[in-house]
Amino acid sequence: MPEAALLTMMIVLPFAGSLFTVMLPARSRNLAGGTAGAIALACHALAWFLYPVVADGRSARMSIDWVPSLGLEFSLRMDGLAWLFALLITGIGFLVVVYARYYMAAEDPVPRFFSYFLAFMGAMLGIVVAGNLILLVVFWELTSIASFLLIGYWHHNQSARDGARMAMTVTAMGGLALFVGVLIIGHIVGSYDLDRVLASGGLIRGHDLYVPALVLVLLGTFTKSAQFPFHFWLPHAMAAPTPVSAYLHSATMVKAGVFLMARLFPVMAGTPEWFTLLGLAGMVSFVLGAYLAMFQHDLKGILAYSTISHLGLITMLLSLGSPLGAVAAIFHMVNHATFKASLFMAAGIIDHETGTRDLRRLSGLFAYMPITGTLAMVASAAMAGVPLLNGFISKEMFFAEAVETHEDALLDTIAPYVAVLGSALAVTYSLRLIHSVFLGAPSESFPRQPHEPPFFMRLPVFLLVLACLIVGIVPGVTIGPYLHIAVLSVLGPATPDYSLAVWHGVTVPLIMSVIALSGGFLLYLVAANRLEHSAGPLLFRHIDGQRIFEQVQVVLSWRLARLAEAWLGTRRLQPQLLLLVSAALVAAFLPLFWHGFAPAPLSFANADPAFVALWAVGGCCAVAAAHQAKFHRVLALALLGGTGLVTCTTFVWLSAPDLAATQLLVEIVTAVLILLGLRWLPKRSELIHELTTPMSRLRRGRDLALAICAGGGMSVLAYAVMTREAPDGIAAFFLEKSYSEGGGRNVVNVILVDFRAFDTFGEITVLGIVALTVFALLRRFRPAPDSISSPEQQLLQRAYDEAHPDRSPGATVVDYLFVPSVIMQWLFPVIIVLAAYLFLRGHDAPGGGFAAGVAMAAGFILQYMAAGTIWVEDRLRVLPVTWMGSGLLLALLVGAAAWLFDRPFLTSHFRYLDIPFVGEVPLATGSLFDLGVFSLVVGGTVLMLIALAHQSVRSLRAARAREQV
Amino acid sequence: MELTLSAAIGIITASGIWLLLRPRTYQVIIGLSLLSYAVNLFIFGMGRLRTGAPPVLETGAAVDPAAYTDPVPQALVLTAIVISFATTALFLVVLLAARGLTGSDHVDGREPHG
Repeated sequence: MPEAALLTMMIVLPFAGSLFTVMLPARSRNLAGGTAGAIALACHALAWFLYPVVADGRSARMSIDWVPSLGLEFSLRMDGLAWLFALLITGIGFLVVVYARYYMAAEDPVPRFFSYFLAFMGAMLGIVVAGNLILLVVFWELTSIASFLLIGYWHHNQSARDGARMAMTVTAMGGLALFVGVLIIGHIVGSYDLDRVLASGGLIRGHDLYVPALVLVLLGTFTKSAQFPFHFWLPHAMAAPTPVSAYLHSATMVKAGVFLMARLFPVMAGTPEWFTLLGLAGMVSFVLGAYLAMFQHDLKGILAYSTISHLGLITMLLSLGSPLGAVAAIFHMVNHATFKASLFMAAGIIDHETGTRDLRRLSGLFAYMPITGTLAMVASAAMAGVPLLNGFISKEMFFAEAVETHEDALLDTIAPYVAVLGSALAVTYSLRLIHSVFLGAPSESFPRQPHEPPFFMRLPVFLLVLACLIVGIVPGVTIGPYLHIAVLSVLGPATPDYSLAVWHGVTVPLIMSVIALSGGFLLYLVAANRLEHSAGPLLFRHIDGQRIFEQVQVVLSWRLARLAEAWLGTRRLQPQLLLLVSAALVAAFLPLFWHGFAPAPLSFANADPAFVALWAVGGCCAVAAAHQAKFHRVLALALLGGTGLVTCTTFVWLSAPDLAATQLLVEIVTAVLILLGLRWLPKRSELIHELTTPMSRLRRGRDLALAICAGGGMSVLAYAVMTREAPDGIAAFFLEKSYSEGGGRNVVNVILVDFRAFDTFGEITVLGIVALTVFALLRRFRPAPDSISSPEQQLLQRAYDEAHPDRSPGATVVDYLFVPSVIMQWLFPVIIVLAAYLFLRGHDAPGGGFAAGVAMAAGFILQYMAAGTIWVEDRLRVLPVTWMGSGLLLALLVGAAAWLFDRPFLTSHFRYLDIPFVGEVPLATGSLFDLGVFSLVVGGTVLMLIALAHQSVRSLRAARAREQV
Repeated sequence: MELTLSAAIGIITASGIWLLLRPRTYQVIIGLSLLSYAVNLFIFGMGRLRTGAPPVLETGAAVDPAAYTDPVPQALVLTAIVISFATTALFLVVLLAARGLTGSDHVDGREPHG
């Protein structure tokens, strides 16, 4: 399909170009500019190639699967409206590139600029040709991001950063709202496909969720198109380089909002809600924007507020819901893009050549740059709606529509007056712009001597102004057919008869035009002087959108965050844990209460007295540990170990040898770990009694009650489940396939390294991350001042040495536990053999990578305990990070190797190998994976233990260093 | 058997939760370790209790699933044991660092007022 290919290229080219230009060196202006220009021109040409298709009233399409499981397709679809916009985006894009090549200073990193620019153009093209709503939202967000980068391009500039952040915050939040709105539309229609959505107008308008969907979508479009009350970001975005403003605020960014409203016009317009929301926002933006524009002293500021105003006009037109209104809206989108782009470029030229954009300093420029002056005057006249220019024609259509009655509402009654008022104000600010910049006496105080810009900087302005003129004089034959294609694609059979002509006779709209023009002129005559010296807009001087925005931002991101931190932060852990436990209790209790709960009657039938006795010990240990944990930490640790050993025995008893082995080994390393940590905890003695108040007694009583409730609940739940007949689970599958497909007889191990290897892979990754986190935390570890000196026992031993003349100081510490430590050293090879044994038998008998890894780690740490950190590290180089890295890598490679054989990730393979004298040896890739697990567990465990063990050495060194000083 | 084990789970849970609600970090770490025993035993119990039927196949021949206990909860618990060791280590280090930074071993990082 050539159409599909053309369409795809149109989207791919800008992004590819963006990637290419960003990699260019910072000085290659010409190559970067050339690439951007060529791509914009190529996309423009592609749009023209697609003209025959859309001229037929068809739409070009392309679609590939995107997320098939959700029924989502990456589909592109170009109909008339999209085509017209693509033409504008690429055409004006090309002109802006040419302009920017001469505008940007040599010291700016220009490739970055063009890279952002191309990405933005691609995203914008994506919005207009997206064939489904989700894709549209994705491109929508991409434009927010790209515009953020473009506005903040001069990031050394505070106002650029602020403006970029504000634009991003406002439009991205609108984008989120739009996303939700689109999801609702998708829910109503049952599809996100644009064709199906556009065909379901009645369904959407009649649905209960129509209003929420409309409000959310409008939040998106109003923020993007800078409509009241979200208009405040746009003037601040003027901190961007002028080519960016020329592009974003004429043909693209802000047009995305009105484009989407036009796109959804057939399905969402025509309801009272649509009329009110759009009408209100449009009307206020139209008048307020024009009013505020009058008072600006910054050239770009006038243009920014005028943009808000003109977009308000378009929104107003769309709000009417009438076909003629839509025609006028689309027409004005095109017209506004042309004259506003040229005006921004002219403003940029003035700034570039004189060094200022302040209207109060600029004057009499016509004498220096007559050509630019003429062009800017014509464009301003188009903005003001002067006859024989394109702005006049769409404004006439606007007046005609404003006069028509559409709804019996106040909003509709005042529409004609508002229209004339806004247009008059537009005349005033256009006059002010021209008068104070170009006319009057030439100023002496320009920062630079002004002169005409380079030819290629002026050319884009010239072409755009020419377009304004031609369209303004002979609209029917120039823009007529193309506009008609776009209108047809939106309105379909409802397309009204309309005529694009300059002269319709003496009609009401013409009279309104005359009133607006003369009114605006008179207003300027009266107020020119005052405007020139005003300190800010009358009445609105103290309402600053930016201040409000910042206030809100401070409240949200600072005050609320502080409040949240105070309540949800780590300073209130105890009440939070209480809430958490209570919530869990309630969450477990309610469903049982609602749906009935009848555990089996208590049965003592198969109670084994030995097992009961075992757990009597285990339970006592647990309770005693809970009781002793505050004052007797070592005892609590020992008691905890007691419960652990009983748990271990239970695993053996109840047919889980693998668990028992792992639990036993983990018990050992946990005990070592906590013992290592004990040294850094503060002394706490039972003798110093803390005050027991009635409140604290009450708190304890409450905690105890909660604990007993939770424990009782767990008991009942566990009993109820365990006495029930087991349902047919997946156990049988694993048992049956373990040997035939996994090649191992130890089913638990086969599950871990084969069937569910991906889970295990995730788990060892977590283990690795935790180990690294522990390591990182300990690198900056600073012990509390009272834990820095040597432990009490060592001090006593040293004192003993010093008191006896036959002993040298430190001898007791060196000889301490001498016999056990010799045994521990000798045990090292034995433990290595044990670990190897556990590992090798893992696939067929209890054991495996986890258990073997922990055993090996225990072997290492035993050496540290026996001989001390320094002695061990002089003799043994343990590289835990290497162990971890190679383990993870090995597991990953074993998994990835399956791809070589066209199998999914982590598919295993096994066979038996006959080794002479040894016999048949099972070889499964699962074992290799297990080796990775083993290596990572060794590395992670050792890393944690050693990092903790090192602290004693470190703080000793630190203390010695301090003594020497 | 079931009764004993479920009573045991209850006792360990209660002890663990009691400690979880205490103010000192060491108490919380012991409490979490106890809770992890209880949870592991609970998950393990979901596969029902059987003696003398470990999921280690006798031969490679046809397998009768009824002759073995459920291996799935065991596989779950096995990784849980290792992960709970890792989280214990992490928590221990965090509490030591917090103690170093704040000078207090209270869970809220400061001694309660009054």
